[in-house]
Amino acid sequence: MSVVTRARPTGTSAEASGARRPASVRRRGTAREAKRASANALWGVVSIIVFVCSVFPVYWMLNTSFKPNADVISPTPQWWPENFTLRNYVTVLFEPARPDRANFGSSFMVSLAVTGLTLLICLVFAFIGAIAVSRFKFRGRRQYIIALLVIQMIPGEALMFTIFGMVDSWRLLNTIIGLTIVYLAGVLPFTIWMLRGFVAGVPADLEEAAMIDGCTRTQAFWKVTFPLLAPGLISTGVFAFIQAWNEFLMALIIMQSPGSYTLPIWLRAFQQATQATNWAAIMAGSTLLALPVVIFFLFVQGRMTGGLVSGAVKG
Amino acid sequence: MTTTVSEARAEQPTPHRPRTRSRRKRLTPWMMLAPATVVLLVMTGYPLVKMAINSFQKYGKAQIFGAPPEWIGLKNYLGTLADPTFWAVAGRSFTLMAVLVIATMSLGILIALLMMRVNAFFRLLISIGLLLAWAMPPVSSVVVWGWIVDTKYGLLNWVLNAVTGTTDWSGHSWLIDPLSFYAVLTVIITWMSVPFVAFTVYAGLTQVPDEVLEAAQLDGAGAVKRFGFIVLPYLRSILLITAVLQMIWDLRVFTQVYTLQGLGGISSQTDVFGTYIFHLGSSNLGAAGAVSFIMVAMMLLISIYYVSKTVKDEEI
Repeated sequence: MSVVTRARPTGTSAEASGARRPASVRRRGTAREAKRASANALWGVVSIIVFVCSVFPVYWMLNTSFKPNADVISPTPQWWPENFTLRNYVTVLFEPARPDRANFGSSFMVSLAVTGLTLLICLVFAFIGAIAVSRFKFRGRRQYIIALLVIQMIPGEALMFTIFGMVDSWRLLNTIIGLTIVYLAGVLPFTIWMLRGFVAGVPADLEEAAMIDGCTRTQAFWKVTFPLLAPGLISTGVFAFIQAWNEFLMALIIMQSPGSYTLPIWLRAFQQATQATNWAAIMAGSTLLALPVVIFFLFVQGRMTGGLVSGAVKG
Repeated sequence: MTTTVSEARAEQPTPHRPRTRSRRKRLTPWMMLAPATVVLLVMTGYPLVKMAINSFQKYGKAQIFGAPPEWIGLKNYLGTLADPTFWAVAGRSFTLMAVLVIATMSLGILIALLMMRVNAFFRLLISIGLLLAWAMPPVSSVVVWGWIVDTKYGLLNWVLNAVTGTTDWSGHSWLIDPLSFYAVLTVIITWMSVPFVAFTVYAGLTQVPDEVLEAAQLDGAGAVKRFGFIVLPYLRSILLITAVLQMIWDLRVFTQVYTLQGLGGISSQTDVFGTYIFHLGSSNLGAAGAVSFIMVAMMLLISIYYVSKTVKDEEI
């Protein structure tokens, strides 16, 4: 988006100015350059260490997930899947359903439904809410926004039993609707806040201009402002998706029967059921849980930091 | 682009619109906020009030069998505050938080400074690594780290054996002993939290004007002085906000502790606020309410700075 690019002179400035300087200065200059080069090499090495430290667990997860279990529990670790196999993924994906245990397929469907519903309803509610707080001046607007910020700080961990009791009394335990309602309350404050920023970023003058050109207020909004908000809606949607997809505590207490597990609950149950006998399959399951998040995360990463600092909730 | 258009328009006189302050117009924003407000009132407001009421009531055996809860005033709070378990949990939660915030903030700041110092290639490399760590779902992360520190086949024990040239570490359990349980937990949570701090601080660092830094360098200020007198003041508010957020997130951590307990930790020795409430609730809802209320109060107290700062910055 930025149009300003700093003009760079051809050839490095050090070379150009060095040629015109007396010999003694030039020598000192090269000594400094040599020192600089070795410092650069040092920081390069440090960068690689940082990279390795942050990537290692992800690499180890992938590496393990492609090995036959016999290789996984060998006394010396294999740094590469020498006997590459996809069997762990097949095991996880097509594990037959058992009445006492959840399988990946059904948990995936539950996660998809809850996440999709949360995303959809949240976007609609947050969108109209964000328009209200950023395009209308009304009494209590400021207080409403402050209340949203404060509500975000109330930990779900403290409310879990009363929320459980409510969902139970509505007979919505183990249902997709029940968990979706709980998730909605969790993501709405932040998504309204995040969208508010995007709506405020589109100048209201644009709408007025369109109205001068003959649009009604509603037309002006849908034809001018709405298309400009698309990136904001996508970022907000991806954020809500990641929150709902990763959520653990509420799913743990609301979805108690194995048939209604979401994926994070399934992964934990799967890990406990196979307790250290099939680490390769556990790693495959872990990879499958992470995959959608990693993909979506790449889209919104830049906006996440800014949004989180002024909005604030974390998965 | 957008600014040019709006500026051009601003010069033209805006057409006069009659201001009819009808009741309908005044209600429009509230109608638009209604769906979200209803969800928040029902799912956050009501549970908050109900939890507060629970904390003044007795939930014993009789109540499990349907008797109406008995009003007992502050007894739950007094009981909680007299319970050494609560203080052990509080001590663990706060110590864990302090360690995590210090580790996350200092590593994040150092990595951000490193990103400023290196060329585009290494910066991209670091960003990719941080992004992957950040994007991992909490449960996946804990399970993967649990595999790395696994008692029998874990990589960590193998590496320690290889480094020390012994077999001392074979079968060493990292999660049974509370102290090493917390060491593992600290590594996991720090690993997941550093990217946010690093990216935020890096974004802040790029805002520090080069001219000021160059001028200071010409005046003879070394790297440490330049950081202390120029960069830090610029970053002050970003660092404070990030630290406050980390405090809040680290104090309410649940998923990682609970999942790691499932991998082999002893919950009674490793509970923090979140998991303590979780374990307490099944036996004593009133006491769980009291602890919950204390937790909410602490969170709101810590977030006062964050909320007031945000309100001021965003000019609400």
